[in-house]
Amino acid sequence: MHQMHGAGETGAVQPAIELRGIDKRFGAVHANKEIDLKVDKGTIHGIVGENGAGKSTLMSILYGFYQADAGTIHVDGKLCEINGSEDAIAVGIGMVHQHFMLVETFSVLENVILGVEGGAVLRDGVEKAREELKRLEREYSLNIDPDAIVGDLSVGLQQRVEILKALYRGAEILILDEPTGVLTPQEADHLFRILDTLKEQGKTVVLITHKLREIMAATDNVSVMRQGAMVAHRKTAETSPEELSELMVGRKVLLRLEKGEAKPAATVLKVDNLCVDNAQGVRKVKNATFTVRAGEIVGIAGVSGNGQSELLEALGGIRSASEGTVELNGQDVTPGKGVDAAELRRRGVAHVPEDRHRMAMVTAFSAKEAAILGYEDDPAYQKGGLLDWDAISAATANMMSEFDVRPDNPDLKAANFSGGNQQKLVLAREIMRDPELLLVGQPTRGVDIGAIEFIHKRIVAMRDAGKAVLLVSVELDEIMSLADRILVMCDGAIIGEVAASEANERVLGLMMAGVDPNEAKAAEGQA
Amino acid sequence: MSKTVELPRWIDVGALPLLNLLLALVVSGLVVLAIGENPIQVVEILLYGAFGYEEAWGYTLYYTTNFIFTGLAFAVAFHCGLFNIGAEGQAYIGGLGVTLAALYLDFLPFPIMLVVAMLAAMIFGAAWAYIPAYLQARRGSHVVITTIMFNFIASSLMVYLLVNVLRPEGSMTPESEQIAEHLRLPFIHDIAGALGIEMASSPLNLSFVYAIVISVMVWLFIWHTRWGYAIRTVGANAVAATYAGLEPGRFIIIAMMISGALSSFVALNEVMGVQHRLLIDFTAGYGFVGIAVALMGRNHPFGIFLAALLFGMLYQGGAELSFEIPTISNDMVVVIQGLVILFTGAMEHMFRPRVTKIYTAWRLHQDAGEAA
Repeated sequence: MHQMHGAGETGAVQPAIELRGIDKRFGAVHANKEIDLKVDKGTIHGIVGENGAGKSTLMSILYGFYQADAGTIHVDGKLCEINGSEDAIAVGIGMVHQHFMLVETFSVLENVILGVEGGAVLRDGVEKAREELKRLEREYSLNIDPDAIVGDLSVGLQQRVEILKALYRGAEILILDEPTGVLTPQEADHLFRILDTLKEQGKTVVLITHKLREIMAATDNVSVMRQGAMVAHRKTAETSPEELSELMVGRKVLLRLEKGEAKPAATVLKVDNLCVDNAQGVRKVKNATFTVRAGEIVGIAGVSGNGQSELLEALGGIRSASEGTVELNGQDVTPGKGVDAAELRRRGVAHVPEDRHRMAMVTAFSAKEAAILGYEDDPAYQKGGLLDWDAISAATANMMSEFDVRPDNPDLKAANFSGGNQQKLVLAREIMRDPELLLVGQPTRGVDIGAIEFIHKRIVAMRDAGKAVLLVSVELDEIMSLADRILVMCDGAIIGEVAASEANERVLGLMMAGVDPNEAKAAEGQA
Repeated sequence: MSKTVELPRWIDVGALPLLNLLLALVVSGLVVLAIGENPIQVVEILLYGAFGYEEAWGYTLYYTTNFIFTGLAFAVAFHCGLFNIGAEGQAYIGGLGVTLAALYLDFLPFPIMLVVAMLAAMIFGAAWAYIPAYLQARRGSHVVITTIMFNFIASSLMVYLLVNVLRPEGSMTPESEQIAEHLRLPFIHDIAGALGIEMASSPLNLSFVYAIVISVMVWLFIWHTRWGYAIRTVGANAVAATYAGLEPGRFIIIAMMISGALSSFVALNEVMGVQHRLLIDFTAGYGFVGIAVALMGRNHPFGIFLAALLFGMLYQGGAELSFEIPTISNDMVVVIQGLVILFTGAMEHMFRPRVTKIYTAWRLHQDAGEAA
């Protein structure tokens, strides 16, 4: 149910969205504190803030998932009561969620008309929808085949299907929640071009993100949230990443990591001709050969989905090698028969996987249960044949204080920690084992700025303590600031190596696209 | 960010199940009204039949014993993410183990025999669970389908064995020979009698005590051992288990075999404790009710004990009911039991959103009060 009252209260141009005094509590958590926000029509408006700052709650209120305890929502100057997503759609608000809401086995067209088929006979609706879809695609240059099966599309294209869905439902205002979290840099750039087109056509876009680079590149105005409150509104052209990050965190933040020279010593990890196949028998890692020495960080850059994940998982003992060998300090540890994740852990390999929720922890567990995952057979955690929960609690409390995990409560459910604190707990679990080799994937994905700084420092500290670190990340900034040597993967193969001192975004970008490293460097030289 | 505050344990495991139970009773009351009987009177008879006199207590707890075993069996598999519907068949085959041990090793003294019979039950029950477990772990055949099929196979196999192999010569009924007197589990009323306490005779026997011991052991196993931890990890997130080096298939097999072994203890109660021989269909649906018991008891041994007691009460009180009020047939009692299962098991989440909402509002009010 939605109701509209009266016409515009003021004259002139009405803001597309105006929130007045929105307040929302979840129990003891004050998620939104009297938020005021104006989003001008035909602009791209960014909302930044750390994880848990209340951005998503605010947008969920706007989209009708939650109801505000106090405050009003005005769309085009009219007071609206939004009690569900139907109401939001009815006043022209569309949302693209962080996790897509698509049926993977359906075609693009079928997904778009899902819920608005228009009548009992599918065919009429489908034909009308096809025409409409063609128009929308032309207008916004989305380039999607309406008959493609969604499951076969790349993540970037799936996201465009979500945008299409919103537009098809007549959205004038589009909310995107952390849209680039799953995208490669190229896909993200394409997304921003699409958003620009939308803006030119008079649509209003609200972009929620914690990535400042995106805010600077894509938005007209930006609002900053911190701990549930709206702390600042700026014109993007009149602000800087430094100012925004300070506003987000509430103190000065070091955006560039300071680290000394690497002092590489003996080879710890020697990967020779390693091939890894996925469950369907498709070769995902092709003849990878490289080494990681003690006291250095080797970064693996690449567009997401080019075999980095499989490589990391194989080295962590989760996937088997199809060909080739892996040696750790001269001993054969080729993943497969007899060498699984447990065996590698015993030999001093710590692994912080790329996907925290899917792999690194059991979110239904308490923090202390999550803190022993993979190390549950450690004698220090046993007493009389049973698990010694007192010792485990103490060890978890120690990890929490060492890695600044908040709140420092070992009994709290893992799911109730913010992404950054979950990641810090995983890092603590793996790093405090003092491993020979640290495998770490996307260490700061979905992690807020304050925690990123901390996590990067701890990884460098590992290196400085003489350990070998293999870092996989799709964030080029992260690779360039952390790694001492950078390997670039494309289509499963390592196509080249660049010293961190010589690396820049253009060279790496070209290599990630499969251009031969020498050509890439030459092209850079000419430019 | 969660939408609402998390419910405290006393609501989650106490108030909510009670609310569901109450609703089940109200609906049952309406059904009773519809056939022209007085619901209040029915409840009175039900409660009197279950707890009103000594013998009733004995019967109630005897049924409870079976439900504890099958409830625990279901819970252990459930913690590993498996829906073991095969407790019925696993208990049935477990009965074969007990009977064979008791019939062919009857020269053993009682304490040794008891251990041997227990082991035999566990091995047979676990072995019967192993095949579906293996198929799930290594071949991906869904355990729900295979355990249902294995219930039928167990049933047919046991009929064959009882009719053609175990039936004593000359007997017309498909049941095994009686097990030797000295190998039977003592009745509680006999034990009490020996201690000088007069108690009405009932089928309640030593296996009730054993069920409580096993409950504690299951609790320790699930939350205080490495295997229990591994099983819960596999159940909650198999990918994380692989990452941790806990091979999911291995723990699927372990959890299912433990589940089968726990189911088989029904045979201990029935064969060694009460019937003293192997009867056709002696499992009488205990395996299936165990699913409801475990779900209602939140797969926690203490909750399972309470839920088992409830179903023990319904079984015993229900029997009394169909005896006292002829219009309430045995089928009617099954309807009431079914309603309880429906509301406490299948529809247990019906009230949850509303209760959560009310509790959240109350908490906000409290917090506001404190802040002021």
